[in-house]
Amino acid sequence: MLRIPCPYCGERNYTEFTYGGDANQARPANPATVSDTEWEAFLYRRGNPAGEHIEYWQHSFGCRQWLKVVRDTVTHDIVSMGGHGMEGGEKA
Amino acid sequence: MTQPNRIAWDGLQIDRRRALSFRFNGKTYQGYEGDTLASALLANGVHLVGRSFKYHRPRGILSAGVEEPNALVELGREGAHQPNLRATEIPLFDGLEARSQNCWPSLKWDLGAAVQLASPMLTAGFYYKTFMQPSWAWRHYEKVIRKAAGLGKAPTVRDEARYDKRHQYCDLLVVGAGPAGLMAATSAARRSARVILVDERRELGGMLLEESVHIAGQTAKQWVQQTLAELEALETVTVLPRTTVFGRYRHGKFGLVQHTEQGQVLHSVHARRAVMATGAIERPMVFSDNDRPGVMLAGAIRRYIRCYGVVPGRRAAIFTNNDSAYETARCLREAGAEVAAIVDLRERAPSVAGLDDVEILTQAEVVGVQGSQHVKAVEIEVGSKRRRIACDLLCVSGGWTPTIHLLAHGGKDTLAYDAAWGAFIPTCSEPVPGIHATGACNGAQSLVNILAQGIAAGEAAAEALGCEAATPVALPEVQHRGGELSPSAAPVCEVRGGRGKKFVDLQDDVTVRDLELALREGYRSIEHVKRYTTLGMGTDQGRTSNINGMRIVAERLGKRIDEVGTTTFRPPFTPVSLGALAGRESDRRLDVLRRSPIHDWHVRNGAVFMPSGLWLRPQYYRRPGHGETLTEAARKEAANVRDKVGIADVSTLGKIEVQGRDAAEFLNRLYINRCGNVGLHKARYGVMLREDGFVFDDGTVVKLADNRYLISTTTVNAGAVLSHMEFHQQMVWPELSVHIEPVTEQWAVVALAGPASREVLARLMPEEDVSNQALPFLGYREVCFQGVTTRLFRISFSGELAYEIAVPADHGLTLWEALLEAGEPFGIMPYGLEAMDYLRIEKGHLIIGTDIDGRVTPHDIGLGGMIRGDDDFIGRRSLQRPALTEEGRPRLVGFVSADGETPIPASAQLVAERWTGTPQDSLGRITSPGFSPVLDCPIALGLAEVEAEGGSLYAVSPLTGEQAEVTVTRPVFHDPKGERLRG
Ligand SMILES: [Zn+2]
Repeated sequence: MLRIPCPYCGERNYTEFTYGGDANQARPANPATVSDTEWEAFLYRRGNPAGEHIEYWQHSFGCRQWLKVVRDTVTHDIVSMGGHGMEGGEKA
Repeated sequence: MTQPNRIAWDGLQIDRRRALSFRFNGKTYQGYEGDTLASALLANGVHLVGRSFKYHRPRGILSAGVEEPNALVELGREGAHQPNLRATEIPLFDGLEARSQNCWPSLKWDLGAAVQLASPMLTAGFYYKTFMQPSWAWRHYEKVIRKAAGLGKAPTVRDEARYDKRHQYCDLLVVGAGPAGLMAATSAARRSARVILVDERRELGGMLLEESVHIAGQTAKQWVQQTLAELEALETVTVLPRTTVFGRYRHGKFGLVQHTEQGQVLHSVHARRAVMATGAIERPMVFSDNDRPGVMLAGAIRRYIRCYGVVPGRRAAIFTNNDSAYETARCLREAGAEVAAIVDLRERAPSVAGLDDVEILTQAEVVGVQGSQHVKAVEIEVGSKRRRIACDLLCVSGGWTPTIHLLAHGGKDTLAYDAAWGAFIPTCSEPVPGIHATGACNGAQSLVNILAQGIAAGEAAAEALGCEAATPVALPEVQHRGGELSPSAAPVCEVRGGRGKKFVDLQDDVTVRDLELALREGYRSIEHVKRYTTLGMGTDQGRTSNINGMRIVAERLGKRIDEVGTTTFRPPFTPVSLGALAGRESDRRLDVLRRSPIHDWHVRNGAVFMPSGLWLRPQYYRRPGHGETLTEAARKEAANVRDKVGIADVSTLGKIEVQGRDAAEFLNRLYINRCGNVGLHKARYGVMLREDGFVFDDGTVVKLADNRYLISTTTVNAGAVLSHMEFHQQMVWPELSVHIEPVTEQWAVVALAGPASREVLARLMPEEDVSNQALPFLGYREVCFQGVTTRLFRISFSGELAYEIAVPADHGLTLWEALLEAGEPFGIMPYGLEAMDYLRIEKGHLIIGTDIDGRVTPHDIGLGGMIRGDDDFIGRRSLQRPALTEEGRPRLVGFVSADGETPIPASAQLVAERWTGTPQDSLGRITSPGFSPVLDCPIALGLAEVEAEGGSLYAVSPLTGEQAEVTVTRPVFHDPKGERLRG
């Protein structure tokens, strides 16, 4: 079903990839200064949108690159994708 | 042996020179190469092939294809058979053996048929109503129902068929190799598209094979062969006969099952576009006793005659609401059968050449069928007059239903009701983006239109794919002998008169009365009526019954059929066997199996293996002639390590090299104890947390050189740790210059442990200084052993003086055998995982996955003191969360069996009082039960909320009934100061 266009390997079957969860939450640069509530949000609070969702996938059975993928959770369309530099939720 | 119903005929699909012998219900028959089981049975005059699902009524073959609701058989030797196969789809082969289902003691005398006498009970919702009260009685009812109901019997022995899987990618998938599909495939293929053409039948050509037609001046069969020859000559085209597309999924993915002589192949096809050329399926009529053997679909009769030379009756009656069945009359007469009458529901009959002397009755109905095991006569009603017409075959046609299932997988909004067909057809020629509908499934009626639509669909698909232009396929000339007849049907499928049961769904035994009852009881939605009556819920998915059922429901509700709507279409189109879905992935092939480079030695020396992740590891060694149990062997192996020396194969531990300018900083951020700061040629035990603060993995970090580290991981966590490191390197700290490389498979590693291990090592490598000064505890050195690079680590899991020796994987066995030889004078023995477990429990060493289960912090297991510095590391912030710092969290403690004998049960809960069955609060749990060779008594590690050592608890396993009184101790039972491993 899902075909994910890896920027290194080209379009590949999703079975070559491992899902890595929500990519909206960036790790705070200095966790020590973050409140318990903010830290809890980073650890546990997740959206569950019906629509575009930015998430991590690793091309485990390919180049092993971790990717940020914008996937439509309703249609499973891959809307866009990028590496570390991609902004959360925005289209690349 | 004669085949009484077989005639000579031109252009057959069978090869009369190749006779085949087969057995059905214990009797031997003959057929020909190219037959299906159904055509061969009909050739032999066998109509009665099964009993129905609910009433056990005698049933015959209705159709000639995938839509067959009745003729389900078991194929193969009893026990090793495959159940529920359609006789209409089983290719005949020599020695074939098949049996009827749902009958006992025999097909002819079925005791279950007595339920017909009780049939007033077996109405819609019968199971729901009868068996719900009292609820405890269901288990008694169930046994009886299971025996009487259900389709077929499960095989009792291993399935010997071969199953495999393929992933395929193409530009265009064409489903159906009838006239439209062949034209679409040819058009796209000429424009260089990569095409996969599939058809569920063995012989391709679809409806052409049952019609009397010439195309481009050739017979239909010749034209099909020539068209296929052009396609098959192209490397870009794959033709798959006997292949069913059972599902359409998102993003152009299709599921296909191909049947071969050896077994089945599951194809996952990713197609950029697809053409649906799936044709149409004929509907029966609904009338009194319409399920009698000898009542068959009119189109199927044409196929049996024109493909197989089989005439299923001598004297036929035809009952229809459309013109297409008149072709069956012509066909029967050409085949030498008599047509007793054509009974047409409509006011006017078409004028059809060649049927001048056939009696045609208009505004007439069949109101009854005589003959319980086979049609003897039909009762008809014309106006108010009744007549009996003797016949041995009743051909019925209630119109045709375009096969739109695959289009509707994913939503029915692609469909609209069409009055001419009396069925649903696609709303346009591309009802789903990228999916073209063409031919009869798209509502095309005449053959010229079907061919033209096929060409247009192929061209449209090629255009959308951006294929280069080519000479288009010319529309071939079509000549029908005797004129083409339309499948447009009158909007009536049901005869109101008559006394017998009127079946709508033959496979599930759903009658008109059942539908009426459901409506009387208040069901209105067609989805609810379907579930309540089981209409269309059999393995045939209601291919011959759904439209008729909807029409009857619509009529009773005073609605239009499009207001009632269709039920949801879901994959699979036809049943898919579990074997096909599993493919080769069964037994040992279910997952990858990994073996250490020393595996073969373990096999030769009596190792009993246990799985550890994907690896097989020796659990213990059963020495030849000793007949030891696991416990005896493991105690001996463990004691030998404590007293003398042992070796264990630890090649399976994960090994990852971390290199680069920022490697030390990277490791400092991953481990709680700043492992990047380990000294050159030193090892450090390190613990990694998850970001939520719980322990993730442990192992050693060794600094091999400047900016170059080797880390070890737990065997089962090697992949997860690598992925975790890659994630943080690539996505969290991409500014760090680090390279990560898994090297697990490149090294064979042997643990050498025991008081004599240094002497063994000195004997193994006489030229190396292995003294305590030269190679102290947690020291590392690269040496040369027998000419290869060898890594020598002074680390210990057993708590004894110990080393780990790593050589390139190919040299593992050499090292292993050399160690055994060098250690021979010291009493060296290999030890397995069980002994390793005893040793590490005695030492209080924990294992990820057993003691450390994803819910423990470093503080819980006494490792809080390892945390170094103030800088951030993964998980550090979480350790400050209130719940992780609060008092009273379960902590790691040791336990000794209080009487020194009773084993401590595995996975036991810890409670305060002796267990008598009365519930008590759990104070914790045993995580690692074991036996201490040093103390000579059962010991264990566990996590418990206990205040002090010396107290007494009970370790209880209510599931097994075992319990042991245990004394709480420190979680180290042996050499608490670590003098032995440093010595
Ligand atoms: Zn890749």
